[in-house]
Amino acid sequence: MSQYALIGVYLIIALIFGVAPPLLAWFLSPKKPNPYKGEVYESGIKTFGPTWIRFKPQYYLFALAFLVFDVEAALLLPWAVAYLWLPLYAVIEAVIFILILVFGLVYVWRRGWLTWM
Amino acid sequence: MNVWQFLADFFVNVGAWMGELLSGWGLSPFWVSLIVKVVGGLALAIGPLTAVLFLIWYARKVIGRIQDRMGPTNDGTAAGPFALLQAVADAIKMLTKEFVFPKERDRVVFLIAPVLAVAVAVAVWAVIPFGPQGMQFVDLNIGVFYVVALASLAFFAMLMAGWSSHNKYANLGAFRAVSMIVSYEIPQMLALLVPVMLAGSMGMQGLVRAQEVPFIVMVPVPALIYFLAMTAEVGRLPFEQAEADAEIVAGYFVEYSGMLFGAFYLAEFINNLSASFVFTVLFLGGWRGPWVEQAPVLGLVWISLKAFLVFTLLTFFWGAMPRLRIDHILGFSWKFLTPLALVMLVVVALVDKAVQAAGLTSPWGRAGWLFLANAAVALVTVALLYRAERRQQAAREARRFAIVR
Repeated sequence: MSQYALIGVYLIIALIFGVAPPLLAWFLSPKKPNPYKGEVYESGIKTFGPTWIRFKPQYYLFALAFLVFDVEAALLLPWAVAYLWLPLYAVIEAVIFILILVFGLVYVWRRGWLTWM
Repeated sequence: MNVWQFLADFFVNVGAWMGELLSGWGLSPFWVSLIVKVVGGLALAIGPLTAVLFLIWYARKVIGRIQDRMGPTNDGTAAGPFALLQAVADAIKMLTKEFVFPKERDRVVFLIAPVLAVAVAVAVWAVIPFGPQGMQFVDLNIGVFYVVALASLAFFAMLMAGWSSHNKYANLGAFRAVSMIVSYEIPQMLALLVPVMLAGSMGMQGLVRAQEVPFIVMVPVPALIYFLAMTAEVGRLPFEQAEADAEIVAGYFVEYSGMLFGAFYLAEFINNLSASFVFTVLFLGGWRGPWVEQAPVLGLVWISLKAFLVFTLLTFFWGAMPRLRIDHILGFSWKFLTPLALVMLVVVALVDKAVQAAGLTSPWGRAGWLFLANAAVALVTVALLYRAERRQQAAREARRFAIVR
């Protein structure tokens, strides 16, 4: 069997192990609902105002920076695997690629987007 | 084959014996390999779940001792010697607790989140190599990438739980988890590239085989970066913002009760343990140790011992560290760990190529030069940090005296 089929088999097993404890508890546990149990916990007072608010725009700046660097890391992975057999110029090319991204980090930093407001 | 030979490669031999038994019953090879693998997978998945029952007790005991308490004891309870069965008792209690659902939850997502959390935590174990060959569920050729991908999925579970609870604390916890885990994934990935580079493989088995000298000796700085990023990824103190029980109660899982809460607790401990195992594979030489060639079963002992040490370190952090503020945490990742990881990547790439060109191919010669390069970078970093701190201090003083005047 191929590796990925095996991973698929294992993922199913993992899912079973995720479902089993709550399911077992569902059969064992008492069920006595009442309207007050369903109240949301908010330090003992009744909840007020909307809960599902929007994310602060600050998070999006971090998410954007994250996206750039995560893609970079994903692009560097195949290079890292081949590294031992690469000639010197390929290594220097990767270094230049990293430097371009360092420039991105410096830009974001200088604009002050990495400071939490 | 005598008993000792059988025990020396226990897991492989049991698998082979089961395979022979099943084909003796006249099953086709496909079904034989499938059934053997499923049984192996079940045994493997039970591993973390039982280990966690011990580790919860262990962590509570260690933290208790750090805080000058006894931790769990068996005074007047039936928790066994040294309260070893405390976690088992807790699990049984949790199984019999009522599920209390918040009124305005998002029904489906609310139920999927804990299941996903546990499933993801257990799924990491498929690629961890416990011994030379055959003692790994599958040696995926992109093993490291698989682990990182699952870590991102675990964060989805947090976000789903926090959002679907319709609770302000849970929402805050989810927001914090998003920004923190997203930020620490970058240095983690970048530090991860270094062992992959040195080993020339993304498979876990290949990484272990390449470590005649453990990578923590070769490249201590990336190891440290990875360890810190990993601590943030599993949400241990000092990076505990997603839960922060003193501020937002329990963060993303406030509204969960009974075994659904238990699922998150379980997932958290399994994540800690599997992160320790992955760190062991990446930097501490995995199953390598004396006599592994003669008795592959010992690989399981060595890797477990090393992972246990890493877990203990995480527990010490838990007991001894204060909780950092969210802006400090994010700043530490983006302004310190990420640049340092990028510098390390460049330095290691260039130095290792230079060492290769100079013809120093013996493992210890290579390790020595890489270690020196690491030490140099560490020294420069410390000097720069010292200077920045001095400068900030001077600025602070200047501001203070300006007000006085």
